[in-house]
Amino acid sequence: MTAALSRILTTLRSGLFGTRANTLVTVATVLLLSQVVPPLVRWAVLDATFGGDAAACTRAGACWAFVAAKLRFILFAFYPPGLQWRPALVILLLAAILVASALPRLWGRPLLVAWPLTILACWLLMQGAFTATPIPSNQWGGLPVTLFVWAVCFAAATPIAVLLALARRSTLGGLRTFSVLYIELMRGTPMVGILYVAMLILPMALPDSLSVDKMLRAIVMVTLFWAAYIAEVIRAGLQAIPPGQSEAATALGLGYWRTQRLVVLPQALRIVIPGMVNLAIGFLLATSLLAVIGIFDLLNAARASAADPNWLGFYNEAYLVVAAVYFVICFGASRYSQWLEGKLAGGRTCPRTA
Amino acid sequence: MLLTVLPGPPRPGILDRIRAWLGGWPIGQLAFLALVALVGALFVGNVFQTMARVGILPGFGFLSGSANFEIGESPIAFRAGDSYFRAILAGLLNTLKVSLIGCVLATVCGVAVGVAGLSRNLLLSGLVRWFIEITRNTPLLLQLFFWMSLAKALPAPRQASALFGTVFLTNRGVYLPALSLEGGPLGLPAALALAAVAGIVLALSLRLAGRLTPRSGIAAFALPLVAVLLFLLASGARPAAEAPALSGFNIRGGLNLSPEFAALLTGLTVKFAALIAEIVRAGIQSVGTGQWEAARALGLHDGQIIRLVVLPQALRVITPLTTSSYLDLTKDSSLAVAIGFPDLVSIVNTTANTTGQSMEALIILIGTFLAINLALSALMNTYNNRVALRGTVR
Repeated sequence: MTAALSRILTTLRSGLFGTRANTLVTVATVLLLSQVVPPLVRWAVLDATFGGDAAACTRAGACWAFVAAKLRFILFAFYPPGLQWRPALVILLLAAILVASALPRLWGRPLLVAWPLTILACWLLMQGAFTATPIPSNQWGGLPVTLFVWAVCFAAATPIAVLLALARRSTLGGLRTFSVLYIELMRGTPMVGILYVAMLILPMALPDSLSVDKMLRAIVMVTLFWAAYIAEVIRAGLQAIPPGQSEAATALGLGYWRTQRLVVLPQALRIVIPGMVNLAIGFLLATSLLAVIGIFDLLNAARASAADPNWLGFYNEAYLVVAAVYFVICFGASRYSQWLEGKLAGGRTCPRTA
Repeated sequence: MLLTVLPGPPRPGILDRIRAWLGGWPIGQLAFLALVALVGALFVGNVFQTMARVGILPGFGFLSGSANFEIGESPIAFRAGDSYFRAILAGLLNTLKVSLIGCVLATVCGVAVGVAGLSRNLLLSGLVRWFIEITRNTPLLLQLFFWMSLAKALPAPRQASALFGTVFLTNRGVYLPALSLEGGPLGLPAALALAAVAGIVLALSLRLAGRLTPRSGIAAFALPLVAVLLFLLASGARPAAEAPALSGFNIRGGLNLSPEFAALLTGLTVKFAALIAEIVRAGIQSVGTGQWEAARALGLHDGQIIRLVVLPQALRVITPLTTSSYLDLTKDSSLAVAIGFPDLVSIVNTTANTTGQSMEALIILIGTFLAINLALSALMNTYNNRVALRGTVR
């Protein structure tokens, strides 16, 4: 016990005051922190209001009473209050399938079947199936929308991306050129531009008989957009597989599709899983752009919550809450990605010494 | 001995080349491409029909029509009533302005933060670690909203106190001291642009002559700059540093950045500084400790080791990753539309809404971003080829 304590103390001493320059850096950093931290603590804790209504809140400190009162709105936005068990269930379902997908033990065919089923169940739950009044998608909002759009688009984009990546590396010139043009077009365009296409062009481009609601249009365009990014990551994995693998498979008499499905893709996808997780983190953050076309995702719901006439202007508190939600999910996912990378690398090369 | 001259194989005709390009399954591929073209044509046809029904003429003729909206800020003069073309140009210049300054600031801050994160000081590296994690794991849009609400919460000009005596942070924007050259035949921005163009021409001609080295490259840009400045001074221009100062209810003089611009620039800089810091850290850590030890054994001091040994190798990792960060920054500057900065996206959106020509407006938008992206990545690829490993085939 005392040995551990003294070791920590030694590390701290050499880490903070090891050399003269180091001591200077420590002093400078502490000075900087002393300027920033006390006002923050005063705002967030000492001067903060933890209960009561808007009148009780002072402008000097944080108003956590606001968060307590509006948490439900931030999470579910304008979804009919009596039916909010539905989006809550959607969150649970999506969390369950994400956790299941994160466990390498469960990777396999059942999971591939479970994904479309979960998404279908979420869609039915959200739109209020089996109730008297269906709930239009412009009443959906908050965390379920963020998670749902993210999961659907990522799940739907991955198969498209595999095809695009294969096409980009194929010997068939027509498909290869199409794939290159498609990927470069999508990657050169900002996501806001893609969302505007979903918002402004698609309604004009689709036949009149076919009216598709805004949420679905956004999902379709975002799927097509993300597919280009995922395709590039998968292509990197395909490039890492030595050509001997597919030559050997061809020599065994396997055709193109069976070579890809049985030999190349299983190895390539295994390599790119950490990259895909990193991409997925970026995509979750990018779903906040849905606010630009007026969909009430988590961030937009938080902004709308501070526009409530009873609780006007508590933007900082609302933003802090959603920042915490995003941070917990993404930080967890990035830690998971690091762990997975080590695990997958450990499984392929010689066992690690540590 | 009979000598026969056999004709060589015929040169492949255009059809052969197309056949070689297509490879297998020619009919299937052509059918697929035809299908894609058909769906595209169907969509465009529907768009034309819809436009005809509401009485809008497809085409880019609307660009010369007058735009009846104001633009909050613009590098070129713009009034309501000027053409849509000019409005879109103003938006493009705003996008370029914020992206360019953002790239420079993010690089400077990112390198500083990245190096600070490698410090042996536990407090500093821990602080940097948290800064990077928080910045990376929250949406950029959220950060922009935060900076925007911070910019609005700053004191009014009358109550604002000056940082370092000359910088004012107020709810009407940020006021910085400005450098100007008054009285000459052309203003400072024009002079700098002229010097930059001359520098690019000189550098390109040096490259064509095969004499472009880092030193001659710097000289190629420094010489025109000095020449232009000397010419301005000789022709009677006087340099003036104008500091902003409070007069009445407002602050006058100096350089004023609007709250939207300041928030967007801060948000982009902070987010991408964190990303670049991670890249710099990875790049420097990718250089093995053996390199440091060997360089020390040769008697180089720390500055030389970094400049001659570590940096050239680290740049090989850093450059391609930073390039894609710059491209992302340029694309992410389009989030300006959410906080009311009149960038290209926001003006194209306004144009689409006021004229109904949304397809043309979005074609302009996507085409412009594609062009910026392709130009920037071509530029960085050239640079990357210079720092990449020589003599190896990639």
